[in-house]
Amino acid sequence: MKIGAPKETYEGEARVAMTPESALQIQKLGHTCVIETGAGAMAGFSDKSYKDAGVEVVKTAAALWKVADVVVKVRQPTTTESKKLRDGQTLISFFNPAANEAGMDAAKKAGARVIAMEMVPRISRAQKMDALSSMANIAGYRAVIEAGNNFGRFFTGQVTAAGKVPPAKVLVVGAGVAGLAAIGTATSLGAITLAFDVRPEVAEQVESMGAEFVFLDFEEEQADGSASGGYASVSSPEFREAQLAKFRELAPEVDIVITTALIPNREAPELWTEDMVAAMKPGSVIVDLAAEKGGNCKLTVMDEKIVTENGVTIIGYTDFPSRMGAQASTLYSNNIRHMLFDLTPEKDGVIVHDMEDDVIRGATVTFDKEITFPPPPPKVAAIAAAPKKAAVPELTPEEKAAQEVADFKKETKTQVTLIAVGAALLLAVGLVAPASFMQHFIVFVLSVFIGFQVIWGVAHSLHTPLMAVTNAISSIIILGALMQIGSGSFLVILLAALAVFMTGINIFGGFLVTRRMLAMFQKS
Amino acid sequence: MEFGFTTAAYVVAAVLFILSLGGLSGQESAKRAVWYGIVGMALAVAATLVGPGAGYWFLSLLLIAGGGAIGYQLATKVQMTEMPELVAAMHSLVGLAAVFVGLIAHIELGRVMAMGDEERHALEGFAALLAHKSGVEISILRVELFLGIFIGAVTFTGSVVAYGKLAGKVDSAAKKLPGGHMLNAGAAAISLLALIWYFNTGGFFPLFIMTLAALFIGYHLIMGIGGADMPVVVSMLNSYSGWAAAAIGFSLGNDLLIVVGALVGSSGAILSYIMCKAMNRSFVSVILGGFGGAAGPQMEVEGEQVAIDADGVATALNEADSVIIIPGYGMAVAQAQSAVAELVRKLRAQGKNVRFAIHPVAGRLPGHMNVLLAEAKVPYDIVMEMDEINEDFPETDVAIVIGSNDIVNPAAQDDPNSPIAGMPVLECWKAKQVFVSKRGQGTGYSGIENPLFFKDNTRMFYGDAKASLDSLLPKID
Repeated sequence: MKIGAPKETYEGEARVAMTPESALQIQKLGHTCVIETGAGAMAGFSDKSYKDAGVEVVKTAAALWKVADVVVKVRQPTTTESKKLRDGQTLISFFNPAANEAGMDAAKKAGARVIAMEMVPRISRAQKMDALSSMANIAGYRAVIEAGNNFGRFFTGQVTAAGKVPPAKVLVVGAGVAGLAAIGTATSLGAITLAFDVRPEVAEQVESMGAEFVFLDFEEEQADGSASGGYASVSSPEFREAQLAKFRELAPEVDIVITTALIPNREAPELWTEDMVAAMKPGSVIVDLAAEKGGNCKLTVMDEKIVTENGVTIIGYTDFPSRMGAQASTLYSNNIRHMLFDLTPEKDGVIVHDMEDDVIRGATVTFDKEITFPPPPPKVAAIAAAPKKAAVPELTPEEKAAQEVADFKKETKTQVTLIAVGAALLLAVGLVAPASFMQHFIVFVLSVFIGFQVIWGVAHSLHTPLMAVTNAISSIIILGALMQIGSGSFLVILLAALAVFMTGINIFGGFLVTRRMLAMFQKS
Repeated sequence: MEFGFTTAAYVVAAVLFILSLGGLSGQESAKRAVWYGIVGMALAVAATLVGPGAGYWFLSLLLIAGGGAIGYQLATKVQMTEMPELVAAMHSLVGLAAVFVGLIAHIELGRVMAMGDEERHALEGFAALLAHKSGVEISILRVELFLGIFIGAVTFTGSVVAYGKLAGKVDSAAKKLPGGHMLNAGAAAISLLALIWYFNTGGFFPLFIMTLAALFIGYHLIMGIGGADMPVVVSMLNSYSGWAAAAIGFSLGNDLLIVVGALVGSSGAILSYIMCKAMNRSFVSVILGGFGGAAGPQMEVEGEQVAIDADGVATALNEADSVIIIPGYGMAVAQAQSAVAELVRKLRAQGKNVRFAIHPVAGRLPGHMNVLLAEAKVPYDIVMEMDEINEDFPETDVAIVIGSNDIVNPAAQDDPNSPIAGMPVLECWKAKQVFVSKRGQGTGYSGIENPLFFKDNTRMFYGDAKASLDSLLPKID
């Protein structure tokens, strides 16, 4: 099969879906590679380097779309590009299927199979093809760099001969891949980093990156991210209020805010309101990574950098990965290569589009003149659901008191029942048995009772000594033998003598062993 | 020097025995408690010797002294690792004694019944007691006698088999004769018939039949219980020997026997209950033998067991701040407790936090591990129970498993089809690193695959526990 990568037509896009490095790997799968001339130029890959890697270079996009069986791209195809799709051709690219009806229709009509890279399911096996994550990683890093570029101070605190410099305070909202990358970059530059996310389970990841997680004073159980494949979902109005209140409190302190809050297939939630911007110090910087979806701050202008009246810079670029063309291309082309690897199970240059495979099925949006979006849920859950914590509601003093009373009543009830049943049984025995028997029986019942009471208190570590002691004590049977040894025939004497002898062994052996054991226990 | 004195002595002895058992609630008070027991026993024996009915007291003292000499020898020579066998063997003696005493009472009963009125008045002691009994009382006496012999016989053979299993003289796997529980039920039914027969006739023959049946039940019952359940079995037999004494006490009309028998019986029963609860098994299923049938296929264990050598373990231990050691029966078998103690001393000398985690059913006897560690002079305040320490594993750097298997098996929590599902286990896999000292790759006593050995943070330290630890010791600095 021929794998082709056209030059990206989107204004300013520096990435390319195939690098000389990835082309070599793709060729190992039995494919041949073709690229449009100048496709890698902005990412720093010359036509010559592609040729050296054995890639055929064609002059025009039209020629490439014509010869390639599989077209690999970065940006979602334009209308003109969609028209070039033909029957049986496979397109692997970002596709934004949720908001790209027209594109899907065009592909369906043309009979092309489209694999949308953003639809790769979030399961462990598919991580190597997760282009959203690899791009988000770059975006998070670059967001901090852009912020630093527009921020007039150091990130790290310094005490110099020329004066003291306080460290910059960075707040990262949304601890997804981009957020974590931003946290890592900001802390390694020396800033004090705070981070927030609606999914409390990421607090540990945040702390592992060296930032401080901002907890809300909020009672309601926070959304369990695992239900939605590890992505955030919409939070309740009360939760949002608590969150905004916390941000308002932080706004005057922080120097740099990086917002990365995105909910799949939705407008970005507004998290950084105008009054928070107004409360920030002049010279502060906001980087809104959600600008493409309307922004987490309503003042954000997409693809632009603005400065507010009070001197706060708001960066609304949407092309952070593209700004690091070489790096982004390397990672993205690797994601593509891994996808091709899964599509070529035999490594013989034949694409097998297996719609039974969770990953391939999940990412495919059109297949054989059908629209196959949205995909069914994957068979493997992305993340194990967090075990539900048993709700232990804080009890009011009255409730506590009521519960204690109830417990007490219950206990009393069981005890009274037990005593009543026991007494009834005793009475029943007493009715038939003679008085001499009852005398002994009372003693017996009381002893059993004492035994139960005493033994519960024995320490676990002393169970073996307990066994040895009870063993020694059970030799009390010797009394039975002693009482009778004197009063009878030879057989009686013999049996009694044997019994006395054996219990004699037991008495001495049992007590001695116990003493030996107990003598060994000592405090440190 | 008649009944009054004897009874008074009995009361004091009974109180001493109760104090003796109650004193075992703490290590320090336990040392005093043994003396209470010894004094109580001495008092009881002395009072009986001077009391009514006893004769040949010189012979009795001689026999006690002789038995005592043997007991002394046994108790001083025995290795602490052989403690379970010793306790089981001693139970069998009590069981057999109970059978003998029961038989004597039967013979006496027959003798007194055959006497005429005048002769009866001349009797004293136990025989006199018998002589004054009415018809109903004689019947009750027979039932008591019968029960005493029955329980005594079961205890005797049961303990002998338990001794054999613990000492490795009998194959410890659960074994049943064809017919299984039906044989036990049959023998029990025969005993019941014999009871009715004996109740009506008072002859020796039904007693004999029953004794044979009870001996068989004791043998077969314990043969059917696997080695891993031995802690429960031993404490159960302990309980039986108590009940036997109590039953004999009833027939002899001796209150001290009743009191002490009931104390021992209920203490053994509670211990068995505690053991069963620790294994999340019902008492009945342990007694009836073997693990319950698995509800479905067990989880497949994936991955491989990764081995490590002494250098690797030593490096990890030198770097660790907190260490938890989980000993099991393997430590007892290899006699490795002093090597373990030495390791602990070295690690503690470096200021590391070293503790032991003891599962309630580790070893072959309740509290077995505590005794072994105490023997090796490990201070008892760093030896923790499961509930005390289980939550600390996530903050622990290194967990060392020495010769235990089922008690650290994560399948008990993860796999509902595992035979040990639901049993509380030590969650050592939550520690940052786990080393397992184990003889080979095989499964443990219960034959259940242990996923712990396949976990990413687990390293297998193969070899005999003592040899492994000895090779490790010089490398710890």
